[in-house]
Amino acid sequence: MSNVSNVKNTSKKTYAAVAVATGLGMVALSACGSSSGGSGSGSADGGGSKTVTLVSHDSWAVSDKVLKDFEKTSGYKVRVLKDGDAGEAVNKAILTKDNPQGDVFFGVDNTLLSRALDNGLFTPYRAKGLDQVPARYQLDAAKHRVTPIDSGSICVNYDKKYFADHKLTPPTSFADLTKPAYKNLLVTENASTSSPGLGFLLGSAAQYGDNGWQSYWKKLKANGVKVVDGWEQAYNKEFSGSSAGKKAGGRRPLVVSYASSPPAEAIYTKPEPETSPVGVSTGTCFRQIEFAGVLHGAKNVKGAKSFIDFLLTKEFQQDMPLNMFVDPVTENATPPADYTKYEVKVAHPETMSPRKIADNRDDWVKSWSSIVLK
Amino acid sequence: MKSAPADASRRGGAARLVLMAGPVAFFGVFFAYPVVAIVRRGLYGDGGRRAGRILDVLGQPDVRHVLWFTVWQALASTALTLLVALPGAYVFARLDFPGKQVLRAVVTVPFVLPTVVAGTAFLALLGQGGLLDQLWGVRLDTTVWAILIAHVFFNYAVVVRTVGGLWAQLDPRQEEAARMLGASRFAAWRKVTLPALGPAVAAAALMVFLFTFTSFGVVQILGGPGYSTLEVEIYRQTAQIFDLSTAAALTIVQFAAVGLILAVHARTVRRRESALRLVDAAHTARRPRGAGQWGLLAGVLATIGLLLLLPLGVLVARSLDTPGGYGFAYYRALTSADGGTFLVPPIDAIGNSLRYAFAATAIALVIGSLAAAALTLPRPRTDSTGGTTSAGRLVRGLDALLMLPLGVSAVTVGFGFLITLDKPPLDLRSSWILVPLAQALVGVPFVVRTMLPVLRAVDGRLREAAAVLGASPLRVWREVDLPMVRRAMLIAAGFAFAVSLGEFGATVFIARPDRPTLPVAVARLLGRAGDLNYGQAMALSTVLMIVCAVALLVLERLRPAKASTGEF
Repeated sequence: MSNVSNVKNTSKKTYAAVAVATGLGMVALSACGSSSGGSGSGSADGGGSKTVTLVSHDSWAVSDKVLKDFEKTSGYKVRVLKDGDAGEAVNKAILTKDNPQGDVFFGVDNTLLSRALDNGLFTPYRAKGLDQVPARYQLDAAKHRVTPIDSGSICVNYDKKYFADHKLTPPTSFADLTKPAYKNLLVTENASTSSPGLGFLLGSAAQYGDNGWQSYWKKLKANGVKVVDGWEQAYNKEFSGSSAGKKAGGRRPLVVSYASSPPAEAIYTKPEPETSPVGVSTGTCFRQIEFAGVLHGAKNVKGAKSFIDFLLTKEFQQDMPLNMFVDPVTENATPPADYTKYEVKVAHPETMSPRKIADNRDDWVKSWSSIVLK
Repeated sequence: MKSAPADASRRGGAARLVLMAGPVAFFGVFFAYPVVAIVRRGLYGDGGRRAGRILDVLGQPDVRHVLWFTVWQALASTALTLLVALPGAYVFARLDFPGKQVLRAVVTVPFVLPTVVAGTAFLALLGQGGLLDQLWGVRLDTTVWAILIAHVFFNYAVVVRTVGGLWAQLDPRQEEAARMLGASRFAAWRKVTLPALGPAVAAAALMVFLFTFTSFGVVQILGGPGYSTLEVEIYRQTAQIFDLSTAAALTIVQFAAVGLILAVHARTVRRRESALRLVDAAHTARRPRGAGQWGLLAGVLATIGLLLLLPLGVLVARSLDTPGGYGFAYYRALTSADGGTFLVPPIDAIGNSLRYAFAATAIALVIGSLAAAALTLPRPRTDSTGGTTSAGRLVRGLDALLMLPLGVSAVTVGFGFLITLDKPPLDLRSSWILVPLAQALVGVPFVVRTMLPVLRAVDGRLREAAAVLGASPLRVWREVDLPMVRRAMLIAAGFAFAVSLGEFGATVFIARPDRPTLPVAVARLLGRAGDLNYGQAMALSTVLMIVCAVALLVLERLRPAKASTGEF
């Protein structure tokens, strides 16, 4: 008898614990219901809303002070939603175009622009400050559905120390990379999953033409190009010139990365070196431009517009280089000295129209894969 | 005599429907609805393509190649993991040695590591310039071996915890009795212990298979672009190429494959289930005796050292290896918010991860326990009338439904969330609760799988006896099942917690930038150039390991007070 009552006691306690846990679960579930109701009604008040929601990719970054200044002068509170890498963020925006997640989108680049525009992602808006942006960046100049915000270049980077030690001149052009002197030195990214990988493929297509790039890549393959899946692996593991790559035992002194990798590498090394350990082969570059636009169906259109104006202000444009490692597009902005100190200027990057990219990318990536990966 | 159990079983049937309502609603809303919506959009949406697309896609040689590779690498990984980890399960269940508790927590750490981070460690061992390369000139990266070994690394704990959990509760006296009756040690193990362990081994194998079948990061990082699983293809088609119809077709193929595996599993397990005599785990482990046991212990420790601790050690070493010599500079950098990668100092991710993990564990435990209780109560096998076939089918259906999230791509679920949970009353797209909900989806199968073998091993006659004495089904569960299942519940909670801490695929979609979890923060740091970012990523990974190990240790300490000695 005593035995039974004993069991009863302990199990009563446990039963109570389970009941509490179940209750908590219900509270959590109902709490999520009510919180969503709150946010729903919050966004429903439309034009008068004091919150503007930015949808962007993972690389979005801005100094705290600069964003606070915007919030103070405009009166809007900025909510940021990072939606994966650049490609993913655009695709999610398209998927949710009938009920967008936010008001303004930043981070669609020239390789994805046509896909975004064809899907009617944006409402036209001519931003204040657009006069300061040179025509070469304005790829939607007729309709102003998107506004250019920053530019950069995808280029082959090289390990300065390797080439000095081996008394070898670093390559400067696409053609150089197929020379025997650079055999087994280059690592690049999968063009089907990585945006620098795709940029480098498009650069070679711009250089050699629609029917010439295939034979270029066959030569690259014969010269021992290595392909990894993403930028992190290429730059942080395989490349011998980055500090992470050095630690990981990376042995490739040439990598497809960005023209801004040398400043990033130098600035994020403590203590900061005099010159960056990474150089840029300036004849292997492809221009990338990033755009912002007012999302079609945005709840706070006014807020979205004033946010785009903010992206073109001198304050934001000069803040970008050290946060996102991209170049300003407005003529009145000068990047900070910390950045220009290590910056490598790319005079003539390869370019390609978004239309042409959209028409060809799937086919090109497919035949690229069968040349390089098989 | 006959009427009482039948009556209990009838009442049990009603109770089961009530119990099942919660899990079914949860999975219906947060899993089935989003997945079905995104697949429908892919098949019938914008482009006007037909459902016949599945056949087109299956006809492509590339896709068939991917499917074949996915299946065989998963089978090979599962076999290899069982081979390597079963001796470990035995050692943790039956042998006592100093540091056992800590080591048990440590072997679970790989399970929570983001694959980007673990991939780094493996490249340092198997890749170019790695340890193997320096010692013997052997490189395994971009070979299938690297993928298989990494799969063992990640899933070792699944076998040790799932199988070891039951093994520790098997009465060793049964095996001893068999030996007393003249059976050899191996024969006794094969005839007595192995059949009893069957369901747990099958459950572990199933989970390892599902995990490796849907492997993503490991295949990308260690295999390189030359290797691709269905999961990788679905991600590419959905997130990168945005060909939703191909993605939908691939999702259906993956779904069918997973469904087939679950069906096969259900059949084999059903035949093996039996009531077992379970004892308190505290009394089954003892210090190793004889050369055999010492040798086994040494072998298991050496395996753990080489396969699990060495890669983890590489990460810790990297996190301390600053340009100015070994030190804590990267850890200090974690406390500042500069650089703009985050809106908050990276260290805040610890708090976020823990909060999400607690919520996810609570949800997974509630849903999982309800489901496990529904699946065992009442036991159709003990019902002699044979009138439970429809109920049995219902049970099997729920059983399979609960496992499906392990076999469905995170990107499919994540994109599905975007188009389904966007309207009141379920406007959750930007709500924090979505993160623990998504994590709990993956946690529930672990809770169910860990608890089921133990619950089913409970002798049905105990329940019948209680019912005969007038106990309600709830009370039967409370007084018969719960005391036996408490230990399994703790192990399950550990799994759910670990899954939540390490979950990346779904979390990365949903986590807000001002509230990154540890794996999300690590991935963001790795995405930027520069020594400081990389160093911080390594430091934060080390923090993640420590958080996981400590959390598991604390969790496993929360055991019933009466069993105060032994391993738990």
